Amino acid sequence: MTSPDNSLAVFLAIAGAALVTYAFRFGGLLLSERLPSTGSVKDFMEALPGTILVALVAPGIVAAGFWGCAAALATALLAWRTRNIFVAMLSGMLIVAGARYLGF
Amino acid sequence: MRLQQIQNGALANLPMAASACAYGSVLGVLAAQKDVSWLELLAMNVSVFAGSAQFVMVDMWGPHLPVLEMVFAVMVINLRYLLIGASLNPVFQGASLPQKSMIMHLVADENWAVTMAAHRRCTATIWFLLGGGLCLFCVWSFGTLFGHRLGTLVRNPEAWALDFAFTAVFTALAVSLWRGKTDLLPWTGVALLAIMAETLLPGKWYIVIGGVGGALLPLLQKEQPHDISG
Repeated sequence: MTSPDNSLAVFLAIAGAALVTYAFRFGGLLLSERLPSTGSVKDFMEALPGTILVALVAPGIVAAGFWGCAAALATALLAWRTRNIFVAMLSGMLIVAGARYLGF
Repeated sequence: MRLQQIQNGALANLPMAASACAYGSVLGVLAAQKDVSWLELLAMNVSVFAGSAQFVMVDMWGPHLPVLEMVFAVMVINLRYLLIGASLNPVFQGASLPQKSMIMHLVADENWAVTMAAHRRCTATIWFLLGGGLCLFCVWSFGTLFGHRLGTLVRNPEAWALDFAFTAVFTALAVSLWRGKTDLLPWTGVALLAIMAETLLPGKWYIVIGGVGGALLPLLQKEQPHDISG
């Protein structure tokens, strides 16, 4: 049971998180209309999707240790060769799960 | 036509959805352990709809919620949505303001990345993006609530590598965004920057620092020859 005091805090936390997140999502799109779509800005924006994804995963791969790195490599290779993201993902998870099961 | 594209978007996001379901169930298990009610979890799914931010919120959950710290943490993690939103500019060409304001709420890492990959093949539309968002929303909510209600079934999600699902699916997705040799320098730079930032700085600053820093690298490289003429 949450006290009335804490339920206000829950509401504020969720509402605050939602507002901040939406402001970034919508704000980013609105701001981009004011950015020039040529030259360096364009190069930067085009490089972003890839770099954001790498930034998202790199620390997680390293944190998962040697087998995490091996799994990520296998995932990337499979994704490249088969173009099947699901199979690539499952293989990566299998390697990590297998290594953990065997106690590596 | 629209319906067809919504459907295409939903289908293209199915692999992402499977992974979102896997780490969603991990979040659900954690949430149940932290005494987050299923209603509160659902409220987060609907209003925040951002996986990594929800993980951090649940992690900070307790009898006395640190509201300001939580909102600040979410701000740092989700700062990347500013860039994600900006990068969707070409997809939203010609869309109305109400369409933009509504569809943007359902933009997550997954359907954004799938849409950007489709954009490279010139098949991305806002309806494709929306279809992916709807698909992810359903599966994400199912996964989180499943984990929350039946958490005892998955006592040890790490044993199944469910915690690695996020990393694995985004690694696979990154491959589809690879543009060739031009990406080698920025991507290596990002990886190093992000790993360094993650060890040196608290929280999730590494996402934005790595992403922005890496995207700036090729510009620095390019601008050197212009220095003389400038």
